[in-house]
This record gives sequence, C-alpha cells and structure tokens, in this order.
Amino acid sequence: MQLYLPVAAPLPQSVPLFGVSVPAGFPSPADDYKDSLLDLNRYLIRDAASSFMVRVSGDSMADAGIHHGDLLVVDRGLPPLHGHIVLAAIDGAFTVKRLHRRDGRVALLAENAAYAPLELGGEQELCIWGVVTACVKRFT
Amino acid sequence: MSTFALVDGNSFYTSCERVFRPDLAGKPIIVLSNNDGCVVARSAEAKALGIDAFLPYYQVAAQCRRHGVAVFSSNYALYGDMSQRMMQVVARWGIEQEIYSIDESFITLDGIPELRHHAAGLRADVLQRVGIPTCVGIGRSKTLAKLANSVAKTHPRCNGVFAWDWLARDWQEKLLARLAASRVWGVGRRSADKLARLGIHSALDLQRAAPQLIQRHFGIVLERTVAELNGVSCLELDDIAAPRQQLISSRSFARAVSELPTLAAAVTHHATRVGEKLRQQRSVAQLVGVSIRGNPFGDAPPQRGWTVVPLSGPAADTFVLVKAALAGLEAIYLPGHGYKKAGVVLLGISAAQARQPDLFAVSTDPRRAALLQTLDKVNRHYGSGTLRLASEAVSAGWQMRQAQRSPRWTTCWDELPVVS
Repeated sequence: MQLYLPVAAPLPQSVPLFGVSVPAGFPSPADDYKDSLLDLNRYLIRDAASSFMVRVSGDSMADAGIHHGDLLVVDRGLPPLHGHIVLAAIDGAFTVKRLHRRDGRVALLAENAAYAPLELGGEQELCIWGVVTACVKRFT
Repeated sequence: MSTFALVDGNSFYTSCERVFRPDLAGKPIIVLSNNDGCVVARSAEAKALGIDAFLPYYQVAAQCRRHGVAVFSSNYALYGDMSQRMMQVVARWGIEQEIYSIDESFITLDGIPELRHHAAGLRADVLQRVGIPTCVGIGRSKTLAKLANSVAKTHPRCNGVFAWDWLARDWQEKLLARLAASRVWGVGRRSADKLARLGIHSALDLQRAAPQLIQRHFGIVLERTVAELNGVSCLELDDIAAPRQQLISSRSFARAVSELPTLAAAVTHHATRVGEKLRQQRSVAQLVGVSIRGNPFGDAPPQRGWTVVPLSGPAADTFVLVKAALAGLEAIYLPGHGYKKAGVVLLGISAAQARQPDLFAVSTDPRRAALLQTLDKVNRHYGSGTLRLASEAVSAGWQMRQAQRSPRWTTCWDELPVVS
C-alpha cells in the first residue's frame, strides 16, 4: 500500500538552510541548526490525525484564491467559526464555502460573484465536515 | 489498583466508509470480505434489517437491493489509515496504550478522576477529529474492560461509556449469569466445552470457580482470566514496540482454483508479502506455514491442506521463504480439488540481530541483501507488486475481486475526495 498522506513521523521534506561538511568524529556544528530545516508537512498540518486532503473542482471560491485542481487541507479538529472556509455536507453532498454565522443567519457564501449565497433553512441538513486550513497549489 | 479502558470503533469498516459519504448518514451499509465473498461488517442500520454477519454475499444480495443497502468491497488502504488516526487520538486520552486490533485499543487511566466525563470527552474527540463513533468500556482488569465495552455497546442508555464498577455487586452478578462463559475474553470454544463438562456455563460460574481447579484443568492462562473477572489485573498492556510474533498473508480466490501453477503464483505472492513485512520489522523467521483450502460453503466436504516447513536457519530472504513455501504447497496439494483460498504464515519470529551464526549455513552473498533492499524500496515507492518473482504469474485469475471498493480517500492522490 502506498501512503501519501502526512503521517505521524513523516520524512521531513526539508530545505536545509546550512550546507556544512562534517568532519568524522566531531559533533556536527549543524546540530544547533536542526530547527532551521523547513518541513512543509509541519507548516501545513497542525494535527496529522485530524487532517485530510480534498481536491477542488470548479471556481466557486476563486476570489479566496482557491481554484480548480487545488488541494485543500481540511482539519476536522477545529471548531468551525464565522468567517472560516469550511468543507460542508449539504443534504449529503460536499461543498467548500465560507461559513457565515451571524444574527441568527446561517449561510454558506461562495467567493465568486457568479454564485448566490446558500441560505440554510429548516429543510436542509448541514454538517460541517471540517475547517479548511490550507490550499496547496502547483504550477507545473 | 489499575484502571483499564477498551476503546473500539463501532462497526469500524462501515463507519470508515461513511466518513467520506455524508449521503450515507443513517443508511444501512455492509462491507464484504476479500473477493466480495462474505459480509464482514454491518452498520447498525444493516443489523436492524436482519442482515447476518459472515453469510456469503449472494445469500443476502437480494435483501440488500430491496432495502437499498450500500455495499462495499473491503478497502484496507482506507481502514488502515483511519485506524492509525483513531489510535493516535485515543492515545492522547490514556496514560499508556496497547493497540489490540485494527479497531480496538486498551489504554490505562490510572489516577484520572471523573472517568465518565473523561471517557465522554474521548468519544467526542475521536468522533470530531476522525469521524468514527466509538464505545469505551472501563474496568480494573483488561477482561472487565472488555466486558464493560460490550455492555456499553449493547445498551443505548450508556451513551457509549460503561465502567464495570458503576454496577452494584448484585447487578454485576445478574449480568454475568446471563453471559455464556464462552463470551468472556480469552475463553476459546474448546475451553468452553470443557468448562461445561465441569458445570461451568455462565461467566458468573467462571468468576466463582476455584482457581486451583481451573489451573489444574486449563493451565495458568484461564486461571488468570478468573482472577481478572474478580477484578484482579493479571494482564499488563503489551509493549506495542514488540515485533509481531506471527505474520500472515492470505486471500480467497475469485473462483475455485485446481491447477498447481495458479496456486503457486498465489503462494509466491503471499510469501513475498510476509517477507516484506518481516524485513520491515527487522525480524527473521524460523518456519514457513502454507495453507490451502476448499470452499467451506460448497456441498463437498471442504478440502484442507496445511503444512509447516522449517528453514535451515532463521531467514528473512524472500527467495528462501518462497522456495520453502512452494515446497510446502507441493506437499499438500491434491490434484482434482477446487481450492478457494491460499495463505502463507511465518512463525518462530525473532529479532534479526539476535540471530545465531550458523556454522553450516552457506555464507550469505552481500549482493543478495542489496537485491532485497532494492526490491523493497521499489515496491514501497512504486506500489506493492511492481517488482515480483516470476513464479507469481501475473493475472492468473487469483487476484482480488473488488467490484465495489470505495476510493482510497486518504492514501492515494488520484482518489482524494473531489469538492466544489
């Protein structure tokens, strides 16, 4: 089985800031700089156990910088608050929108003028699946 | 006094499927075994429809269609990943943890006040972070924690949490009296029959049995179970870092197989898989077990074959393991029979460094070790089975049938959920 998701102790995908050649037998002077290794997993993911990835289809969140084909990191561990971008399930279907929760009004807002806000009434079943914490984009 | 909790996922496989299918909330779901042969997991809704476990799927297929049951092939990539997540979150709520199976782990809660509150917090946390509903059973021994868990699971009023000590003594006894001794953790069917001959039928009988009598007839293991039922903890949490003592790879065929080359292909595949696992945990094995068996649901008495091939020395070399497994297969194979399942198990496993040098062993070729390392690396990187031995013939009709597998939502770039 091929595991792609960030795991508890992932091999750090790191960019070393220092390139030091180490004489054998001596403590490495680079040891003090271990914290300076940049690990994208740690930057993007707060809690690997509760973080999942989904792929975006469509342009309803284009003005928030989320485009077709992007990867989103979704953290189920965070409480969804007003203003968060969330992954929601409405009547059993997934959608990414900005959560609006003010003055007794609950709505899911698209970030694209072409899409109307989704007001949530009594009929519809809303379940916030998780909070979108990062968007990963690749250009090539 | 120790406090143990057993935390397990409710209908784990079906719960995993539901996390990524919000449209299936509250709907009946079943998961089939390898090859879509049998029902191995049912959601609560499917149980309520009266769909029995471990029935061949074809016997319940019509019923499933009638009731709109969602049917899934098993998706072990998904279940394995979700299990790892669940265990990680559960571990944060315990002092120590022992992972007991894909969906169960024991944790210790010594000294934690307000256990009800703590356990409710654990359940809510796992549900929120991973999406899997769980039940928590608490007791002074692992055996009592396991019992308490089954109470938590079957009585909705518990809200998923039950501690054995919350029950007054006479209620505990009433409950134990209604429970067959065979339902107690650690009591096998064979022991249960033997216990019945001694007049021990219920869990209560077992709890009250004289320890000396139990030890004389069954040995120390069951004597410990009796002590554990009386609230005396005898079983510690295992060290989870300990390497597994037994490694198995087996699978059912999509159709009955009677030709030796096809069986050899399957056995080679399984021996290769367990060899990989063995090297991953840096162990060596002393014995290679091979099993083939016929259709247990057919009319003819099922044909079974099982043998154990000892190796000349402990080994982790795929070529050595495969050779032994194939020799074992030839020894048990009977022409003219249809086999439904083949498997390989490694036994007598020990750590690689503890290995005794063998005076008579052929000195190992360092190029062999390098070759195996490359093999493992390629298969890890490009997917299991990219490089394999030629005797594991490709597409020989024995590979897994998974007609209805859900996407590998969490472990495969191409199968991530798509959202708009």
